[in-house]
Amino acid sequence: MVETKAQLKVLGVNIETVRLLLQVIIFISIAGAAISSRLFSVIRYESIIHEFDPWFNFRATKYLVTHSYYEFLNWFDDRTWYPLGRVTGGTLYPGLMVTSGIIWHTLREWFSLPVDIRNICVLLAPAFSGLTAISTYFLTKEMKDSNAGLLAAIFMGIAPGYISRSVAGSYDNEAIAITLLMATFYFWIKAMKIGSVFYGTLTALFYFYMVSAWGGYVFITNLIPLHIFVLILMGRYNHRLYTAYTTWYALGTLASMQIPFVGFLPIRSNDHMAALGVFGLLQLVAVGHYVKSKVPSKQFKGFLMVSLSLITILGVAGLFALTALGWIAPWTGRFYSLWDTNYAKIHIPIIASVSEHQPTAWPAFFFDTNMLIWLFPAGIYLCFQELRDEHVFVIIYGVLCSYFAGVMVRLMLTLTPIICVSAAIALSKLFDVYLNVVDIFKSDSLEDVKTDSKKSKSKVSSSSSASKSSKFIQLLSKAVVLLSFTFYLVYFVYHCTWVTSNAYSSPSVVLASRNPDGSQNIIDDYREAYYWLRMNTPEDAKVMAWWDYGYQIGGMADRTTLVDNNTWNNTHIATVGKAMCSSEDVAYDILKKHDVDYVLVIFGGLLGYSGDDINKFLWMVRISEGIWPDEIHERDYFTERGEYKVDADASKAMKDSLMYKMSYYRYTDLFNGRDGMDRVRNQAIPASQSPELDVVEEAFTSQNWIVRIYKVKDLDNIGRDLHSAAKFDKSSSQQTKRKRIIKKPSLDLRE
Amino acid sequence: MAKKDSIKKSVTHTTSNKIGHPINELISAVTTTYKDYINSLTPRLKLIDIFLTFLVLLGILQFAYVLLVGNFPFNAFLGGFISCVGQFVLTVSLRLQYNYENNSNNTRENIDQEIKEKNIEDVNETKVDIETAEASDMKPFKFVTPERAFGDFIFASLILHFVVFHFIN
Repeated sequence: MVETKAQLKVLGVNIETVRLLLQVIIFISIAGAAISSRLFSVIRYESIIHEFDPWFNFRATKYLVTHSYYEFLNWFDDRTWYPLGRVTGGTLYPGLMVTSGIIWHTLREWFSLPVDIRNICVLLAPAFSGLTAISTYFLTKEMKDSNAGLLAAIFMGIAPGYISRSVAGSYDNEAIAITLLMATFYFWIKAMKIGSVFYGTLTALFYFYMVSAWGGYVFITNLIPLHIFVLILMGRYNHRLYTAYTTWYALGTLASMQIPFVGFLPIRSNDHMAALGVFGLLQLVAVGHYVKSKVPSKQFKGFLMVSLSLITILGVAGLFALTALGWIAPWTGRFYSLWDTNYAKIHIPIIASVSEHQPTAWPAFFFDTNMLIWLFPAGIYLCFQELRDEHVFVIIYGVLCSYFAGVMVRLMLTLTPIICVSAAIALSKLFDVYLNVVDIFKSDSLEDVKTDSKKSKSKVSSSSSASKSSKFIQLLSKAVVLLSFTFYLVYFVYHCTWVTSNAYSSPSVVLASRNPDGSQNIIDDYREAYYWLRMNTPEDAKVMAWWDYGYQIGGMADRTTLVDNNTWNNTHIATVGKAMCSSEDVAYDILKKHDVDYVLVIFGGLLGYSGDDINKFLWMVRISEGIWPDEIHERDYFTERGEYKVDADASKAMKDSLMYKMSYYRYTDLFNGRDGMDRVRNQAIPASQSPELDVVEEAFTSQNWIVRIYKVKDLDNIGRDLHSAAKFDKSSSQQTKRKRIIKKPSLDLRE
Repeated sequence: MAKKDSIKKSVTHTTSNKIGHPINELISAVTTTYKDYINSLTPRLKLIDIFLTFLVLLGILQFAYVLLVGNFPFNAFLGGFISCVGQFVLTVSLRLQYNYENNSNNTRENIDQEIKEKNIEDVNETKVDIETAEASDMKPFKFVTPERAFGDFIFASLILHFVVFHFIN
């Protein structure tokens, strides 16, 4: 930004002081921008937790601050996965909860600011986004200089690709994970550059923190070894790499095994084998390096090539052998589906059913990183031009992550930091050349012009008459380029703000719509229904709903659920799916066997809310078909012509299913006897065939019919099955059939 | 160093088969390396190397025990074994940083000497730049003084031992 001259003075103040002051001001404004642009949803609606997953994190955090840390680590949660329960201490990444717990205690006890834990959870992501910007600054500073670092920091502060996962109220693991990712990478680059054991240890410590916070730590575990491996292949081995990597690996691996959820995975699973392989390779390379320094180089060349390739082949073969023998776990489904993109769809429908696991479309890249997406390749190219060791890291990270982000939408999140860094490198290179106006005004005798205006410069010095106009033209051309990029930068800020405000700042708990006069209409059916459950049901009531809503029911209604968003037991989910998609008798059996008291379905037909359970219904069918292929057939739920319909043409299995009946129960009553219109499916529900429920009764339906809660009926008093009981009640009340039939019933022998 | 030497030998052995160098030459290479190694030993490096040998022996002992008896408290085995491995690599790192060939700080005078000699030999400044650049490239740890290296070593070892004790449970 400012020309580097230590002795320069601006207004009598040392230039370094000015520079420091400017940097501090810039940092404060970046942090301010990063935090304030994430507050849209808090200001518009209220300070609540959004989405589904954060509700569990919030609940766990509440448990942490109301109980001791020790109890938190050994928490057996008996209010989820009802018959089974969940060993929470061993199945979650505790980093997020512990972080906010520490903040809560610090504010309370040291600063005497007793803040509600909910507000800390809501505002954790914005606070950490400021730290992310700062660590991105330091990382980019290692790549180029502090100018590029400041650019990268502001990009990282407001890029929508990162904001989408870190708005206020999004209390998810990614909120702190990206900060830790950047910090780990910064310390890694630093350790690799100066070969310091100290920085290697810091890398390991931040790696440990990252492991405790997010399952995506595997990305680091594979990226750093890959970096080293590529450096070795490029013949750039030196002892700095040895000290940095081995320190990180020895400490980091041991530390990562302290997290109960990770356990022995770092030595038993295939995801972590690259790190171990490179660790072994590095030992051999170090020995080879030592021998090389002693032995004449001629002898050494063949020795090195052959031994290296032999060892690599041996290592890979050993890995395959161990995997085949079953000593090392193969790739987990989630990671394997990154390579074989069809794998999840065929084998694990529950992974494919999550919308975040779909491939990314092109507009998403432009949408999430406006101008950065086309500066990103330029930055990678510039890294190639000046290929230092740390630039190799940027290139590998960029290439690898571009692939992953192309395969899976949610991995856009890990691509965004490197896009910011790389774009900042490109842009600051450009600014370095075009902001350098000092050269033009310098006296012509100086010949230390570095830029590509060298030729014109020499001409200028030769002909002094034309010098002035030529200077003016140079200045003009520079100004044009600078102004256009300033325009892009300003436009970038506008774009980011617009995207954040419109696309990423809506709490999924509250649905907002606009009235014709522009005033806001808030649909708060979720909380209405959950609050009803909380207030009007016994405290040990078990609620069955599809797994999407498990965390929210646990968090807001505070009732026991059967399945939730932590999909660790596929069979249990399939059981719930089977209960939803089979007929009332089969479903009642399942409900009774699992002690279910209430069944909750989401129905968006009245309001046109498309994320309801009828639209998710086919996934329930598919998941339960995977377990009971004899009883559930996906084909049965389509019409003769293979259409998925809910109107009069709907298939018999569809109309008999509990989900259909619960969704459309008494729906046509709203339309005064005419056919009911489903606004999502755009199909008419025939009034004559309005479904009747015998095994459950309607307990609560929210204002806009989004959440419907049914109570499971008890067994009949005199032992009839509930169908005939309901039939008897109906016929006796209507008093139509007054016929007597005296006939001997055909019954078996009584045992 | 026993492990290193054995690895080295096996590696040289395979190469001799593959490439077909005269075996004598390779043996001479190994012997020169060994001689150089003996010559370059200072008391401090000797101490470090004895410690390294001890660590390797300890690791091998633990591993053999596991092979014989089985790995029931797996975390205890891992804790003990990784503490050996971790301490080994940390000590090797310390050794690399101590080794004066790698560390520019010990040889600052030497470099200056070289530069001066080069200055006298040929007046061309660019050549000196290149020479110093090469020299600094040869010394990977130009930012790490031996005292700093030792401090780092202590810091990393303390953390390693804390984690190991936590892991052994």
